[in-house]
Amino acid sequence: MSARERKPNLGSYEDSLRDFTWNVAERELQRDEAAPFNIAYYCVDRHCSQGKGAKTALIWESMQGEVRKYDFQQMKLYSNAFAARLQELGIKKGDRVAVYLDRVPPLYFAFFGILKLGAIAVPLFSAFGEEALEVRLSDCAAVACVTSTRLVRRLRKARTSLPLLKHLLVVDAAGAEGLQDGETAFAVEQLPPVEEFPIADVDAETPSVLHYTSGTTGQPKGALHVHGSLPQQSLTTKWVLDVREDDVYWCTADPGWVTGISYGVIGPWSLAATQLVLEVGFIPARWYNAIQTHKVTVWYSAPTAIRLLMREGDEIVGNYDLSSLRHLCSVGEPLNPEAVIWSQKVFGKPFHDTWWQTETGSIMVTNFPGMVVKPGSMGKPFPGVTAAVLDEDYQPIAQPNRSGKLALKPPWPSMFRQYWNNPQTYAAKFKNGWYVTGDRARIDEEGYFWFEGRDDDVINTGGHLVAPFEVESALLEHEAVAESAAIGTPDPVNMEVVKAYVALNSGFEPSKELELSIMNFVRKRLSPLAMPQVIEFIDKLPKTRSGKIMRRVLRAMDRGEPVGDLSTLEAD
Amino acid sequence: MSMQDVITDYIRDEYLEDEAQSVELDTPLISSGIVDSFSMVSLKTFLENKYNIKIPDEEATPEAFDTVRKIMELVRKFAPDAG
Repeated sequence: MSARERKPNLGSYEDSLRDFTWNVAERELQRDEAAPFNIAYYCVDRHCSQGKGAKTALIWESMQGEVRKYDFQQMKLYSNAFAARLQELGIKKGDRVAVYLDRVPPLYFAFFGILKLGAIAVPLFSAFGEEALEVRLSDCAAVACVTSTRLVRRLRKARTSLPLLKHLLVVDAAGAEGLQDGETAFAVEQLPPVEEFPIADVDAETPSVLHYTSGTTGQPKGALHVHGSLPQQSLTTKWVLDVREDDVYWCTADPGWVTGISYGVIGPWSLAATQLVLEVGFIPARWYNAIQTHKVTVWYSAPTAIRLLMREGDEIVGNYDLSSLRHLCSVGEPLNPEAVIWSQKVFGKPFHDTWWQTETGSIMVTNFPGMVVKPGSMGKPFPGVTAAVLDEDYQPIAQPNRSGKLALKPPWPSMFRQYWNNPQTYAAKFKNGWYVTGDRARIDEEGYFWFEGRDDDVINTGGHLVAPFEVESALLEHEAVAESAAIGTPDPVNMEVVKAYVALNSGFEPSKELELSIMNFVRKRLSPLAMPQVIEFIDKLPKTRSGKIMRRVLRAMDRGEPVGDLSTLEAD
Repeated sequence: MSMQDVITDYIRDEYLEDEAQSVELDTPLISSGIVDSFSMVSLKTFLENKYNIKIPDEEATPEAFDTVRKIMELVRKFAPDAG
């Protein structure tokens, strides 16, 4: 049987459900009771102690196409050296250390170095602008941020209002040229070798990673995860992504987001797989070439990318040998049936949609290898996960195909433990004994889940959640904007893109130039994701009598639907 | 001002963070990370406003926006008289 045809790791979904407890995940991980329950130990050092130090852990391809390979022993030495460097700076267990880097090898050394020290890693998307950085770094009171010569400029601007951020570590330069107070520069691979670093003795409830995500109201929230997330992340990688030690696995998600950490760092490396990382963003020819060159076997990507590949056409696919691919998965937003059918046609296998969130830490509802894929469906719950759709009173709906609030029964090992500094918002996510996800879904007669849309105002663009409040706050800082509202408008590639309704200050007139100025303003303040791709100038926003913007009305206007009950709108 | 200068100046002003970095006719923009796929939308809007054209989404691919030379070819396709 060839590698492409071999049996999936998960034999039978139905069998796996029987008598499942989370002990199965710990058993599969081969939990070592004598070692610290530290993600970095299981993903790096344990492989070295088991004689796998020379196995390739990371294949990295630069923007220019240069390829570098790192084995587990190098990962161990470099992450040790990084941990020791942090320790020298006085950084200790529990401190928040942000990682603000492009997809470069030091990002992975730094991530494991932070965890080895027992500190909390805070991944930040490298396209974030100064305001987005300031909000997140301030909220978690980060003491240090790991960055590059390219990105440190934005941090310097944000840092003026971040007195607690004592250290900026520039990890792609060895010199001190141009450094400012509190900044240190070094190349991780040139630090003095540290053969052994005492890995912090943490337990399952010790915080590991703080991921910022967008909510319905207010600024982004920090979802705090713990080292005990590891068994679930590892088992889902094994059973859902079907990853094994001899795989070359490629997760296209950026490590600034949860997918890029749970399944671009932790899960695959806990299984000692080889991971491919491309520094370059979405370029179809580079992507196909990378699969061919590095013989990728398992590919985890996003619907937006898949739809863009579809747009590029079938012909280009024929220019590459993609026969190494064994299993394909997708995450971030619902995968439309056309994309599943297309991938079956051109790759000879379907993309398997997976559903989960920053807060869940790992895959919750999914299409398993070997399971009949119903194109467009989210699949079925992972063993050990109880999922339901709830009615308006937060009671499970028994009848099939009735739309409701998608909810999960807590707890599960990789569940977030709190929103940083925000206990009220955390508590509000739980109703009647369920974690309420904010998505709407239905369950068909055969137990397959089907995504129906968001249950709140959060915008899902290209698989990334954007908070309307954050966009509106940035818009208000533009000199021309008197008030604004942000909604998601349907988009054939990204599912939704940000649309802003803008009322102008006196002295400003709507124009194409002003539209572009506002777009670029938000792009630089927050990120390209949060930039409104559509701007509509409006005299006045629809509001309730209490002054709350009625985004529901704006969404209906945008879609050309009836606007519904406007009786609570403020009087003119 | 030539089309090359107009486009190069815009990219320099809006996307470059390192003042020492230069943008030439064949400098990779998307594949070098200077402009990401989401930011392409604002570059496309700029071109449409500046040259009074509409670039269909199917034509606005990462490859078509990867260098100033390719962007100029794209603009000329829809505005043959533009510079």
